[in-house]
Amino acid sequence: MGQIKLTNVKKSFGAVDVLHDINLHIDDGELVVFVGPSGCGKSTLLRVIAGLEKVTGGSLEIDGRRVNDVTAAERGLAMVFQSYALYPHMTVRQNLAFGLENSKMPKAEIAERVGEAARMLEIEPYMDRRPGQLSGGQRQRVAIGRAIVRRPVAFLLDEPLSNLDAELRVSTRAELAALHARLSSTMIYVTHDQVEAMTLADRIVVMRAGRIEQVGTPLELYNMPANRFVAGFIGAPHMNFLRGDIVEHTPGTAILSLAGGYRIAVDPGTAPVTDGQKVTVGVRPQHLTVSRDTASPKVRLGLVEALGAETVVHGEIYGERLMAVLPGQQGYRPGDEIHLDLQAAPLHVFDEQDLRLFSTAGAKAKAPV
Amino acid sequence: MGAAARFIFRRRGSNGRGKGWHWTDIVTWVWLVCGLLIMFGPAVWLGFSSFKTPAALAEFPPTILPYVTQEVRVEGYDKPLALYEATLEGGGTRVLAEVRRIGIVSQMVDPNAPGEIIKVNIADRAPVRTMSFATENYTQPFVQFDFVQYLWNSVFVTVMATLITLVVNSMAAFALSKYEFRGRSVAMLIILATLMVPLSVIMVPLYSIISTIGLFNNLWGVILPTVATPTGVFILRQYMLTIPDELIDAARMDKASEWQIYWRIVLPLAAPALAVLAIFSVVWRWNDFLWPLIVLSRRELYTLQVGLSIYAGELNVQWHFILAMTVVTMIPVVLVFIFLQRFITTGIAGAGLK
Repeated sequence: MGQIKLTNVKKSFGAVDVLHDINLHIDDGELVVFVGPSGCGKSTLLRVIAGLEKVTGGSLEIDGRRVNDVTAAERGLAMVFQSYALYPHMTVRQNLAFGLENSKMPKAEIAERVGEAARMLEIEPYMDRRPGQLSGGQRQRVAIGRAIVRRPVAFLLDEPLSNLDAELRVSTRAELAALHARLSSTMIYVTHDQVEAMTLADRIVVMRAGRIEQVGTPLELYNMPANRFVAGFIGAPHMNFLRGDIVEHTPGTAILSLAGGYRIAVDPGTAPVTDGQKVTVGVRPQHLTVSRDTASPKVRLGLVEALGAETVVHGEIYGERLMAVLPGQQGYRPGDEIHLDLQAAPLHVFDEQDLRLFSTAGAKAKAPV
Repeated sequence: MGAAARFIFRRRGSNGRGKGWHWTDIVTWVWLVCGLLIMFGPAVWLGFSSFKTPAALAEFPPTILPYVTQEVRVEGYDKPLALYEATLEGGGTRVLAEVRRIGIVSQMVDPNAPGEIIKVNIADRAPVRTMSFATENYTQPFVQFDFVQYLWNSVFVTVMATLITLVVNSMAAFALSKYEFRGRSVAMLIILATLMVPLSVIMVPLYSIISTIGLFNNLWGVILPTVATPTGVFILRQYMLTIPDELIDAARMDKASEWQIYWRIVLPLAAPALAVLAIFSVVWRWNDFLWPLIVLSRRELYTLQVGLSIYAGELNVQWHFILAMTVVTMIPVVLVFIFLQRFITTGIAGAGLK
């Protein structure tokens, strides 16, 4: 149990529309991540699902029951807040038990459930401390524990890792994934960090300005971004975009001309392309390789970031900024000129409305870093 | 010299190194000593004077400490006689007891040889004085008058009014800080605006309300009109605004009812502000004079402050009782400030009040 279905869900605060026609179906046991830049409405959507904000239009169903007018308490969901929102005046044990006490559960069962969650999350040694006496990571566990003891229909997590330091974030992320595998209950996870989204999600919902831009598995989004926004948002560093146009096409081939006049022959598949169409060509920095062929596009390097395992170079190509992640230690210096192989890289071609026309497989795709 | 003494006595010094006196040191000392006298002088005077007999109170020039003329029982006299140090005509002084005074001549006897009367000019004798604390100033009102009753009334009014104040004001503050509703800020403004209306303006309408609902000559008539205070609502609201909304959302997800959110989450977290309001309320209600005086006309209902006023009669003011009972009434307030001042400062700072 734990299906959540949103049909044309709208939310507005006064005259300001925050969510527009959200349609989404979340299956039982799925871990869905809402991702998007700040202010895109992902947290509001989560709060709407939680019942902390009222839906202003459309319908919201949990397990087939319409819950638009059901209070947060009655929806059977549990939420982990960004600030953890642990009750500062209660001990860890009381924090865990509070929700169960409110549902008038017998004391013995409360103790059992709290004990079980404490064991699972390894928070037993500090059950009698207050949240103020815990470290960030411990608080985080308690916050998750408070959700677990409720045995909810679904877990809602609002940027749960954003207050942890980088190292702890990675380990907690792994624990969350393990926890999801173990509990196999529905989880909705909100984050602005696309790495978190990529590593945790069964499916990612990319949002922008109150609208869903694309829903799909992490690799679907990475390999087949529906539009330029998703392409730029998923993957780090973000995708390079170069202006160009289609100069001619025959079934099975299209000739792309970049701003500098450099031409590439690509396979548009069944995409409806027309001659002279203005397009944007997207290429991921990781897919660019150095070419010995002097006819390849020339890039004048600006910043060179040597990270040891890889080298990130920033440069300019045909008057547009470009970034490339090159393997190993390259020894380039700012001002150097190198040639990059665009032919070999998978390309994503977007039309003037920024919607994806087609993607090419590329000659030799590198594993994403 | 201890660290405290070093702290108190350190000064800038003429060369800036703590040696000698800079003019700012002198100004600081004069200023602070004057302040100390102005602040504590009356309290000290009150404290010592409350132990003086009526005669000692009427004495001129007044003394700080309670002195009485020493008395002695002398054989052959029913009443104890006052002792004087008399300067005799032949020179030398003796301690004599005064039997009676006729004009400017005092007839005295030697307590050790009561047979012989010695006549001494009153200018040549000085009373033998000793410090004595007239504790009967304290005990008498408790025994003779209804002081215990007044004390009980005051305690009842203070405790009940404070409890109700805390509950009522915190509920209002909870609604005004944590619920979004139309007219919320207008409601807050109106509540704050009532700060501008002094008691003397609403005294008459308030009196007629109280007497209409039958609370005249009833302690609840003193308690109820005072429990809703704009200051209290404001202090608590400002403090509750600092309680994160996420906590309340979390409680809602935890199936807490609105009452449970208020009672189990918001109230405990607002404890510092509640402490401040409790202190204020105790001091206000304890020191209240005018309103209890209006509502209460039966003696057995008087609160301490009203009760004190009855020692000031039309013809005769019993200063010794007034002073002693003033000290008694001050004690709870002083204790509250001594033990709870930490809460007052943190709470007021937290509420953003000055």
